[in-house]
Amino acid sequence: MPLLEIDDLTVEFKTASGQFRAVDGVSLTVDRGEILAIVGESGSGKSVAMLAVMGLLPWTATVSAKTLAFDGRDLLTLSPRERRKVIGKDMAMIFQEPMSSLNPCFTVGYQIGESLKVHLGLSKSERRKRSIELLEAVGIPDPERRLSAFPHQLSGGMSQRVMIAIALACRPKLIIADEPTTALDVTIQAQILELLVSLQRETDTGLVLITHDMGVVAETAERVSVHYAGQKIEEQPVGPLFADPHHPYTAALLAALPERAKGKHLPSIPGVVPGQFDRPPACLFEPRCRFATDRCRTKVPPRQGAIAGFALCHYPLTHGRPIGHPNPEGREVAA
Amino acid sequence: MLGFVVRRVLLVIPTFIAIAFLTFIAIRLVPGDPIEVRTGERGISPERLAQFRHELGLDQPVWKQFLDYLWQLAHGNFGTSISTHAPVLTEFLTLFPATLELAISAMLFATILGIPAGVIAATRRGTFIDYTLMGAALTGFSMPIFWWGLLLVLFFSVNLGWTPVSGRIDLLYYFEPVTGFMLIDSWLSGEEGAFRSAVMHLILPAIVLGTIPLATIARMTRSAMLEILGEDYVRTARAKGLSPFRVVGFHALRNALIPVVTVIGLQVGALMAGAVLTEYIFSWPGIGTWLIESINRRDYPVLQGGILLVSGIVILINILVDLLYGVLNPRIRHAR
Repeated sequence: MPLLEIDDLTVEFKTASGQFRAVDGVSLTVDRGEILAIVGESGSGKSVAMLAVMGLLPWTATVSAKTLAFDGRDLLTLSPRERRKVIGKDMAMIFQEPMSSLNPCFTVGYQIGESLKVHLGLSKSERRKRSIELLEAVGIPDPERRLSAFPHQLSGGMSQRVMIAIALACRPKLIIADEPTTALDVTIQAQILELLVSLQRETDTGLVLITHDMGVVAETAERVSVHYAGQKIEEQPVGPLFADPHHPYTAALLAALPERAKGKHLPSIPGVVPGQFDRPPACLFEPRCRFATDRCRTKVPPRQGAIAGFALCHYPLTHGRPIGHPNPEGREVAA
Repeated sequence: MLGFVVRRVLLVIPTFIAIAFLTFIAIRLVPGDPIEVRTGERGISPERLAQFRHELGLDQPVWKQFLDYLWQLAHGNFGTSISTHAPVLTEFLTLFPATLELAISAMLFATILGIPAGVIAATRRGTFIDYTLMGAALTGFSMPIFWWGLLLVLFFSVNLGWTPVSGRIDLLYYFEPVTGFMLIDSWLSGEEGAFRSAVMHLILPAIVLGTIPLATIARMTRSAMLEILGEDYVRTARAKGLSPFRVVGFHALRNALIPVVTVIGLQVGALMAGAVLTEYIFSWPGIGTWLIESINRRDYPVLQGGILLVSGIVILINILVDLLYGVLNPRIRHAR
């Protein structure tokens, strides 16, 4: 049984102008000790899906799913009180903005100790001991002194280390890291990623890494789930994904990597992610896809099998060529 | 820290001079002077008038009077009341506890109700509860003290007979003041019913004076909470699996209190202005009543000295609030 099992998760937001579907039928699994990367542009619903798992969405959100199970427990039927016993303890989350994710009014020691007190009921001296251990584990020098530091006295990288320490405090089974390195300097990014991965290996926790950085994916993930406009459009182990992407979006995303660019100009994907009012009726990527046909415009694409990376596409690519496509060269799209 | 306090206190000196100047000029712009008020319609011989004027120094040019007054102040002398011949400072110190007692009660009333009201409105944003609370706050904020006071007196004292109409305690009770605070003194006196009487006398004035601060605090708490509830660290607190009470009442409120405390500090000035009116309505023997009477009598030294002393208190409280701000906000504490 997987550690986290999501089947057909949909999240809708009530907005002034009607319902907005941020997550559209996403299914995922994460195993113990596995690193799953969720990749997608801003607005692809990758964060919202994981916030739904954590139960951190605002009341304007409606969450529905066939299955939303963690560690054998059905999260959909847990009472809020029961659920609070799981999150922060067995399932922890690290956020994008470390500097604003720590409460400016409380010391680092207090903020780490809080989970230990609430979930494990540790005494003051035990909390102090464990907090020092945690700060050491996340590579903060002079941890005893740092316990009494306030967040504004820490750099971004240090703050993210503290956030990781908070997440690790109760030895969780799953860590969700929502773009943990986006707000950090490039040099610090690598350090934080390395730290996350090494801690994850040591403790055999599952790690969900939400990112839009393909470089991060290539370096850390084992399995990759690509999201677009609220849907999961492809899922593959990391090696095959980079070698042979099956969905045209994934292929376009990889082609847009500066490292892979061949010509003088960096290839880009024309257009933007559809919003609330311009959702295409069938395939959501169709307006931006160079292989789009009338079929793509009118018929909702099927979910392909594992061999085609579970691609949500009428004409999944194999080595860059769409299978069964009337015009395999595709149209040239203006970049 | 010490440097900060010293700087703040030094900055008070020019403020004091400005206040002294303004009150000095303002009261002299009002028609009539102490002698006219005292002699009234009775006519007075020009010799006596000249003698009085000379005694009070009113025959001097105004700029000379002002400089003399400043010189006096510089020696810590606030002058002597024209009507009672008692030193202004002594009168002030006798009456001030009554005002302080009223102001503290009003502020406690405002804070104890205002902060929870703001928090509840913020967490129930856009609901009936929110609209009700904020509607009530707006009404309270817009209520003229005079009218509101009379309305409450009419309802609770006259119609229902629950509370006394005026004063600090029933005439039945007499005891020597120890602290000047009626609640404490009546308690200490041990006289049966005295404490209860003092409380009943305090309730309405405290509510009247506390209404505007209550409304301000509630609205400020609400808007501060709304902002803070959207912060990333509130999400972090929820991601730890903390109870909603702990997330809102501890992680969020602790941050929201920073602007609220500033507002409470700013309210102190308004509170003193309100105290003047409230005391007058309830015949509360405090600084407010004393100042209004001094205007009627054109008692220049009392008015000037009284306002200066009240300003001093307001400034002092504002400095204390600034210090408290540092305690609440670690970022400021370390910047100093």
